[in-house]
Amino acid sequence: MEGAWVALALTLKVAGWATALNLVLGVGVGYAMARWRFWGRELLDAVLTLPMVMPPTVLGYYLLVLIGTQGPIGAWLLQHFGIRLIFTWQAAVIAATIVSFPLVFKSARAAFETVEPQLEDAARLLGVGELAIFFRVSLPLAWRGVLAGLLLAFARALGEFGATLMVAGSIPGKTQTLSIAVYEAVQAGQDDTANLLVLVTSATCIAVLLAAGRLAPGRVPQRQ
Amino acid sequence: MVWDIQLHKQLHHRSARFDLQVQIASNAPRLVLFGPSGAGKTQTLKLLAGLVQADGGHVRIAGRSLFDSAAGVNLSPQQRQLGYVFQDYALFPHLSVRQNIAFARRGGWLNPRRQGRDAVVEHWLERFRLHAVADHHPHQISGGQRQRTALARALVNQPTALLLDEPFAALDKGLRQRLREELGQLQRTLAIPMLMITHDDDDVRSLADAVVHLRAGRVVDGADVDADVDADDHAAAAAADAGLLEKSA
Repeated sequence: MEGAWVALALTLKVAGWATALNLVLGVGVGYAMARWRFWGRELLDAVLTLPMVMPPTVLGYYLLVLIGTQGPIGAWLLQHFGIRLIFTWQAAVIAATIVSFPLVFKSARAAFETVEPQLEDAARLLGVGELAIFFRVSLPLAWRGVLAGLLLAFARALGEFGATLMVAGSIPGKTQTLSIAVYEAVQAGQDDTANLLVLVTSATCIAVLLAAGRLAPGRVPQRQ
Repeated sequence: MVWDIQLHKQLHHRSARFDLQVQIASNAPRLVLFGPSGAGKTQTLKLLAGLVQADGGHVRIAGRSLFDSAAGVNLSPQQRQLGYVFQDYALFPHLSVRQNIAFARRGGWLNPRRQGRDAVVEHWLERFRLHAVADHHPHQISGGQRQRTALARALVNQPTALLLDEPFAALDKGLRQRLREELGQLQRTLAIPMLMITHDDDDVRSLADAVVHLRAGRVVDGADVDADVDADDHAAAAAADAGLLEKSA
């Protein structure tokens, strides 16, 4: 009983962090890809979209290779900061961030591409700096698409299983998220726990969807 | 010299190449850039505003040097202090009329507040009879009101010159003549140099002190304009003796 709430809290924490990181990363990269033309842009787009189509276990394996104590990033972190990422909730955040990144990035890029470059030009001629144009013109006009992407990413991060299991393991109260806890409960034949966890998960997802419905409506008026 | 412009730019559109070469030297307070669509009028205006980078040349407007490839001067669009009215006005759809006009009044990362009141903005709302629709969004107002909103937004920080890209093209005929007169009057009271793009003869008749004819990326003189046949083919030849046609009264 107690375990379900711990797992829920952990899941929300991991998904929340992953979504926050993707707000910055996905929106930034999505904007850059929508506005800057450079060689290999579509190839980069394809690479950045890979986490959406690759099996999560494959991503988890890549991550292990990179951030494991033997991996280049993992070894560097351990040597310089004494940080071990594997089997921590931070590793779960990294896994969830990467898995849900394409959802934010793709929606953000599509949303920014619908913003008329001429509106940004108009703002330039009114003396407003480039960064301010992003916050005053581009982002408000693309916000709905960005928000839709963020909610999808949050939902995806809530349900993340494969990559998380590989890099963060299944330590109850530490890295065991809801979806992993359900799996463990079923494997162990604890049907009561499984039932409770499944209900908690479903209720959480419905709450997220309702919140999305409240956030989304008509904030940005129609275009001319 | 009010308009001292010499620019060249090679434009690429898919596989096609387009050479734009513009020389203008004029003291006319109201200058019209006239020519058929595809002649490079809008590109010229964007070059002047710094939205498109010229390959070389210079731009001096009302004594201010905005671009000079030889001297290494190249002001950003933000620094050029030009009022610019886009053909379809490019009003910010997420902001009210008042916020649109107040846009340039505020630096920083935040848009002007919906409830904010700024004496200069209120003055322009009054002057252009936009008070009744000040809290409306651009898609809720008429074409004439949109045009005035775009004008007010461009003028609010006292630019050194006003560039207009077919300001009447989006309006119906009846409205055009009235707004032409308004614009002419506005230009006289503000005494601000104005460069306007058009392909409408009526605009030239009622608003031009001088006319620059543009054909296929070149400035051509009056003779070539009158003999309009195959103008595009002759444009390159005409560019050799390119000049400025002063409007005969």
